[in-house]
Amino acid sequence: MHRTGELYGQFQTLDQQRESATLGMWVFLVTEILFFGGLFLTYTINRHAYGVAFGVGSNTLDLKLGGFNTAVLIASSFTMAMAVWASQTGRKTQVTVFLILTLILGSTFLGIKVVEYAQKFEHHLVPGQGFDISYHSQNPSATDTPREIAAEKEELEKAFSRDPYLNSHAQLYFSLYFGMTGLHALHMVVGAGLLIWLIRQSIRGRFTPDYNTPVELIGLYWHFVDIVWIYLFPLLYLIDRHK
Amino acid sequence: MSAPPATPGHQLPREHYLNSTYGIRSWLLTTDHKRIALLYLVSVTFFFFIGGMFATMIRIHLLTPTGYLVTPETYNRLFTMHGVAMIFFFLIPSIPAVLGNFLIPLMIGAKDLAFPKINLLSWYIYLVGGCFVLYSFSTGGLDTGWTFYTPLSSVYSNSAVTPAVIGIFINGFSSILTGLNFVVTIHTMRAPGLTWFRMPLFVWAHYATSIIFILGTPVIAITLLLAGLERMFHLGFFNPAMGGDPILFQHLFWFYSHPAVYIMILPAMGVISEIVPTFARKPIFGYSFIAGSSIAIAVIGFFVWAHHMFLTGESTYAALAFSLLSYLVAIPSAVKVFNWTSTLYKGSISYDTPMLYALGFIGLFLIGGLTGLFLACLGLDIHIHDTYFVVAHFHYIMVGGAVMGYVGGLHFWWPKITGRLYPEFMARTAAVILFLGFNLTFFPQFILGYLGMPRRYHTYPPEFQVFNVMSTAGASILALGYLLPMIYLTWSMRYGKVAGPNPWPATGLEWTTASPPMTENFPVTPEVDWEPYDFAHRPDISLTPGTPALAPAHGDD
Repeated sequence: MHRTGELYGQFQTLDQQRESATLGMWVFLVTEILFFGGLFLTYTINRHAYGVAFGVGSNTLDLKLGGFNTAVLIASSFTMAMAVWASQTGRKTQVTVFLILTLILGSTFLGIKVVEYAQKFEHHLVPGQGFDISYHSQNPSATDTPREIAAEKEELEKAFSRDPYLNSHAQLYFSLYFGMTGLHALHMVVGAGLLIWLIRQSIRGRFTPDYNTPVELIGLYWHFVDIVWIYLFPLLYLIDRHK
Repeated sequence: MSAPPATPGHQLPREHYLNSTYGIRSWLLTTDHKRIALLYLVSVTFFFFIGGMFATMIRIHLLTPTGYLVTPETYNRLFTMHGVAMIFFFLIPSIPAVLGNFLIPLMIGAKDLAFPKINLLSWYIYLVGGCFVLYSFSTGGLDTGWTFYTPLSSVYSNSAVTPAVIGIFINGFSSILTGLNFVVTIHTMRAPGLTWFRMPLFVWAHYATSIIFILGTPVIAITLLLAGLERMFHLGFFNPAMGGDPILFQHLFWFYSHPAVYIMILPAMGVISEIVPTFARKPIFGYSFIAGSSIAIAVIGFFVWAHHMFLTGESTYAALAFSLLSYLVAIPSAVKVFNWTSTLYKGSISYDTPMLYALGFIGLFLIGGLTGLFLACLGLDIHIHDTYFVVAHFHYIMVGGAVMGYVGGLHFWWPKITGRLYPEFMARTAAVILFLGFNLTFFPQFILGYLGMPRRYHTYPPEFQVFNVMSTAGASILALGYLLPMIYLTWSMRYGKVAGPNPWPATGLEWTTASPPMTENFPVTPEVDWEPYDFAHRPDISLTPGTPALAPAHGDD
């Protein structure tokens, strides 16, 4: 096994090695754009077809949690960028610190996602057999105020009158919600794993201004995952909010 | 025809990539691109057999109008599994993963690809995907067609769709990583002096193919993932009963699957671009145009997908646009055919086996390509869509084109890969048998299609029987044409005449190193200061030493 930082056999120079690795990561990110792109296209087409149902679906998402998550993820991108900067300027301890912060923020994001998913499960909004868009309004929990429930019932009534198949179309919305945020979360879990590896390397002092390629490349990956969320959040949470 | 220059008795190099290390682990855990190429050779040949077995059953079943071999449901499974095995597990990987992996580092003067471990990972991912698909085949198979149209595939089919879709999804990542590896390698690892326009056209072809791998494959991955999720969790993206849109599936599917056919043909065109100048002893005509046309095909190929959907009710305006673009994408292909033919003009042509395959390619690709234009014509497509005309068209390109390019390439580089020559007379005979068998199999299918025989049908009207019988007879000859090389190529690995570094001779960098090459490819990194196919400055491999070559190298075009 080669230690990181040494010249691998197939390359002529360290420069060539770094260039190749960087180009490789960028090409990989292009494939990821196309991968998520198919989902975004499907979302766009379905939203155009079933605007009412998508509006209703969007309204069930918790804007506070989603907004907080967005802030958390943007902050994690900032700490990641700081880690890269620290590695470029030889601040070895700071590299580790910033990487750990990034990991903490990323994990926070994932934790909140778990909370959101649990909520959806409770409200029978997971696509499949038990899916029912009206479930929550008919079975409110203790924390819901009567006004909120009445508003929800009214919204659903109006929506059903405009779209008799609201339940089916809302299920489409949630299929895409889980598909897109799920795929995104999966990428974040991979990112977290990469960060753990990076932190261990950083603790051993492996990253210097001469050699910080893994930090840069994983930083690229992390920023990409962040950008995907920047697109997901408005599309899923913000469009057609009535409240 | 002139025989290749007499090779003095050559010796195999003492140490080379095949014998440098021994043991199964040194092969299964190798990172040497040459060994990985051979691992792929074994795997794709295995899937070729699987797909060929299904084809055999199809053709036997179609000997009679009512068919006596299998039930209609089983027939659906036969053509589906034939398509899935051949397209995803044979054709798409074949030239890139076998010849591309072996040759690209050698052709650019590098020691290996940019990411050798990712290269090995690609092979293992391919195997995992293959296992899922084999599991699907052996637990009832698939009956949806290789195109997996919904909602049949995602809702109603009673076959093993889910494991197959998972297998193809996984296999897609093998392609993506190979494409990524090639792009980075070609950008960053060329030897000193090897500028882009000094690269062999085989490398250009693989660069263009890799662009398609990178941009297209993720889309089929997500599409099959959605279809699979729909089937597993009863979601509704593509199911009209739940508000979904089956046409959306078709758009997403063909957005990849059309460029996929260019993945299958571009590498073969790259092979032809190497073989033709060698056996015409002349630089290739129009080097920059051939290089550029590869890129053009890759790019334009992304804009024509809905020509597979002319009969789905798409708007006339959309259909017109896609029809026009489909005509446009034929132009760069035609440019290549003209350039290859011009290379032959006033060349000193020898009919060695690779050249026979290359000449066969040019003719058969021409027919296949032109019939593609028939299909791109809207009015005509209404009549011949979903008939045997389409089947004949794509088999002319994929078998008469891509597979002949693959087999021809295997022959051309066999001395480099194994250090030995195959028996020439047997090989030429097999090439002719293949060519004749191929045409007897597939030409009658053009007629059948035009007369109206639909594809994917297990029966047909009795008046079509004579053509079906011709086609099946041809298939048996074609099978022989494939079997013979498998036998004599394997035989030659032990008993073939030792080839030496450059038996043809040819001008590429790969021919300057030993056959078989050492593990690091070159003892010293080469420095390139010559143009490709430059017979003029290589009097040692010109017509006769000392006489001027037949044409200047590409720098003049």
